[in-house]
Amino acid sequence: MAIHTGRGFSAINYPIGMNLGGDPSQALVHSNPDGKFTVALSAIDLGQGMKSVTRQIAAETLGVPLADVYVDTADSDTGPHDMGSFASRGTHRMGNAVIQASLEARSVMLEAAAEELEVDPGDLMTDGQGNIHVKGAPSRSITTMAAAQAAQFKQGRTIAGRGIFLIPLSEVDPDTGEMSPVTTFAHAAMLVEVEVDDETGEVAITDMQSAYEVGRALNPGMVEQQLRGGAWMGMSHAAWETTEPYYPQREHGPVDFNSYLMPGPGDLAPHHISVLERPAPDGPYGGKGPGEMCANPVLPAVVNAIYDAVGVRLYELPVTPEKVLRGLQANGGAKPRQNLARQAV
Amino acid sequence: MNDMSNMPASKGILGLQNPQIEFRKDLFADERDENLNEIGKPVRRQDIEGHVTGRSPFYDDHLFEGLLHMRYVRSPHHHARIRRIDTSAAQGMPGVVRIITSDDVPANMNTLLSLLDFGLDDEPVLSDKKVAYVGEPVVAVVALTEAQARAAVKAVQVDYEVLPHVLDPEEALKPGAPTVCDVYPGNAFVYHGKYNHQKLRYGDVETALKSADHVIETRHQMSPIEQAPMETCGAIAAPEQNGRYVCYSGTQGLFFSLGTAAKVLNMPSSRLHFIGGTVGGGFGGKVDSIHEPLAILGTVLTGKPCKSQWDREEEMQVGAPRGAERWYITDGVMNDGRIVARKFTGYFDAGAYTRLTSYAVIKCVGHLPGPYTIPNVSADVYCVYTNRTPATAMRGFGVTGVDFSIEAHMDQIADTLGMNPIDLRILNAYRDGDMKAHRRTAKNCAFIECCQVVAEKAGVTIKPESKAASSMKDGGGERGQLPAFTATDENGRVEGFEGWSYAKKGGGSATTGSVPSTTTPTPASLPQTPQPIPQPASPAPVTPAPQAPTPQVQSPSPAPTASSPKRRPPTRFSSISGFRRR
Repeated sequence: MAIHTGRGFSAINYPIGMNLGGDPSQALVHSNPDGKFTVALSAIDLGQGMKSVTRQIAAETLGVPLADVYVDTADSDTGPHDMGSFASRGTHRMGNAVIQASLEARSVMLEAAAEELEVDPGDLMTDGQGNIHVKGAPSRSITTMAAAQAAQFKQGRTIAGRGIFLIPLSEVDPDTGEMSPVTTFAHAAMLVEVEVDDETGEVAITDMQSAYEVGRALNPGMVEQQLRGGAWMGMSHAAWETTEPYYPQREHGPVDFNSYLMPGPGDLAPHHISVLERPAPDGPYGGKGPGEMCANPVLPAVVNAIYDAVGVRLYELPVTPEKVLRGLQANGGAKPRQNLARQAV
Repeated sequence: MNDMSNMPASKGILGLQNPQIEFRKDLFADERDENLNEIGKPVRRQDIEGHVTGRSPFYDDHLFEGLLHMRYVRSPHHHARIRRIDTSAAQGMPGVVRIITSDDVPANMNTLLSLLDFGLDDEPVLSDKKVAYVGEPVVAVVALTEAQARAAVKAVQVDYEVLPHVLDPEEALKPGAPTVCDVYPGNAFVYHGKYNHQKLRYGDVETALKSADHVIETRHQMSPIEQAPMETCGAIAAPEQNGRYVCYSGTQGLFFSLGTAAKVLNMPSSRLHFIGGTVGGGFGGKVDSIHEPLAILGTVLTGKPCKSQWDREEEMQVGAPRGAERWYITDGVMNDGRIVARKFTGYFDAGAYTRLTSYAVIKCVGHLPGPYTIPNVSADVYCVYTNRTPATAMRGFGVTGVDFSIEAHMDQIADTLGMNPIDLRILNAYRDGDMKAHRRTAKNCAFIECCQVVAEKAGVTIKPESKAASSMKDGGGERGQLPAFTATDENGRVEGFEGWSYAKKGGGSATTGSVPSTTTPTPASLPQTPQPIPQPASPAPVTPAPQAPTPQVQSPSPAPTASSPKRRPPTRFSSISGFRRR
């Protein structure tokens, strides 16, 4: 009886946004009289950081500091329509809507500034610090606050913008499945290491090494938390969770967290992440949605690693000690493969 | 092309030394503008202070004075006809304010996908004729306290006639299986009014399998998974002034829930005010909009604020999980590792009602055959009804299950050929310019680079050609052409549904239409029985056109009973804008 180590690999891609399109998102952006901006949405922040990433996108596009932007969302009386936070669509769809709304508001802001500076709006640029100045002549400048005040109280302009992003709905051919599912894909590869106890059938996931391609990490901190949490969820889906342990029979369904098993803090594997960024041509600043796909490669990598460790191929998830032990029994014991052993450098 | 030897220093967020994350800015560097002010900065979340100090308001924090509590009488059976509901004993229980049954629901038949025009109304809000899964709600009790509501639930008498049930999706598709959902008598969602599954046909899989050096088959089963949010699903509604109702919700789609409530309550959306936005975990489980219409209905009927919320047991067993999936994959593989054909048969277990599963199947089909360029691909993917809790969205919806199957299968192929599994992936990887099985050109690929980065950091030696490979070269050209011939078939033809949308029943409403006759599929099983072989309607052309071959897709001959249906463009969001056809 022994503990066997093994390594398993898998790699995936993942579609960004609702399949077939047809899922619009809208945004409204306006400035108050002192040049602070409100972004009105109905998008839901599930904890993934919807409010924060749209705030960064709005600030970047408007050309104002982050602190000058506030995102107000999830009130149907004030926020325009959005399909919702699912299908890895939030950043991609709403981000584009916020860019469009911000560009419209920005152009009015620059017109107001141009009138005050007596120049052409096309000759102006923002410094991202709250100033608008003539290109090549930083001394000829006006603050965004002064421009907004002039627009409101002197020129009678509304510094505001409307945005929508919609990929038109695709048809699906009944006979061939021809369709335009999505425009953008994220990518990932994952190698996990496991320890398999051939006496108890228990599997411990001891390490994860990954590469995730996310278009652009619009906020690297929030990307990291998505990837880390998502991969742990993938771990949990591989080797712990189900509402029907004897599917398709319905008996023994868990009703609380004593019987619905998940990894505890001591079970979580260290995760060494590499983030790759190949900007999506139609993504906001190239961004794709990392939220869903980060879990997917872990599930197959775990069963592949178990095979590598003991030569037992499991065809049903989740992996349980019972399934491993039955596999070992049918296999005549552990037969380590070690196909992915680390080579001496 | 991608020099992997020049690893940048490992810096995590905020520039702190963090050995567990690195940003490979060296890759695809010429495709990015790095001169941005706010994008790419690990700035703090706008709402973080509220979260870490426990001040962010969740829906369950809106505890109105006099808030009423709703609990539900649920089916104890997998499948049963409801003979009689007797609420008289419960009516007089302490604290009971109102008992709600199906008669109180203005539009008591819905499908979540009506907002997408993607299915027929098939699910009652509160059941009155039959129940099709354990936990299906039949009666709602509104009481002053949750404990009083629970006590009254126990006093409601429902007389059931137990019916035969079916729990396995392949069993459900066999002739004589009990009909789970009356709208789909064959226990399968009807695609395009035409087939009991969604087809993918690209090239000629059967011919390619015959010429392959190896035919490698597999079967995988995923069990249902709970989204397991810390905050269970729910909503609190209250009367607002001027005939409006406010609803605080943990929904993932504010207007999705608003649209569903407007439809079920037959109420103009202008009378509804939805507020959400702080969610204690979603993961796909907070799309179904179960509680919002019921909480508002309770408020309409009592004039008082009402709360509808699952406890943990309901969240786990009544709340829709990620559904189970069963996959059969057959690959034709050459000795050098090239995959020349890949065939899928997939069963999504929808549970008793459609919810979002029919959508997931099409999303899945658009994803096949995974991130690989394979010249011959086919798939038959079914949305199957069984007598279990309806399934819904979850992280990776429509893709996680089949990706598990594909990637476990890739490992099996590598092992069969004695090949390094990373080399196998890179050899078959899709690249910029390649044609995908859904007949669109691949772009913006980065699959190969992800494989290379992991191989390098994990110390796995891959072939020099794998190291030299790139998503940006060697794609397109011949790999970018549509197949000269695609074999199609009419297996799984269904009659009685209109052809111009994803599932429209001919003529009538959901419950009164003619009963369609379903061609029952012969499900694939491994390894004992061979899979059904689609028969091409005519032989393949002998000589493909030499240059830029015109893709040929055989049109199946029109079905005998099909009236020439006019193909109407789907109108997905009409219900939200108030124009939905009834």
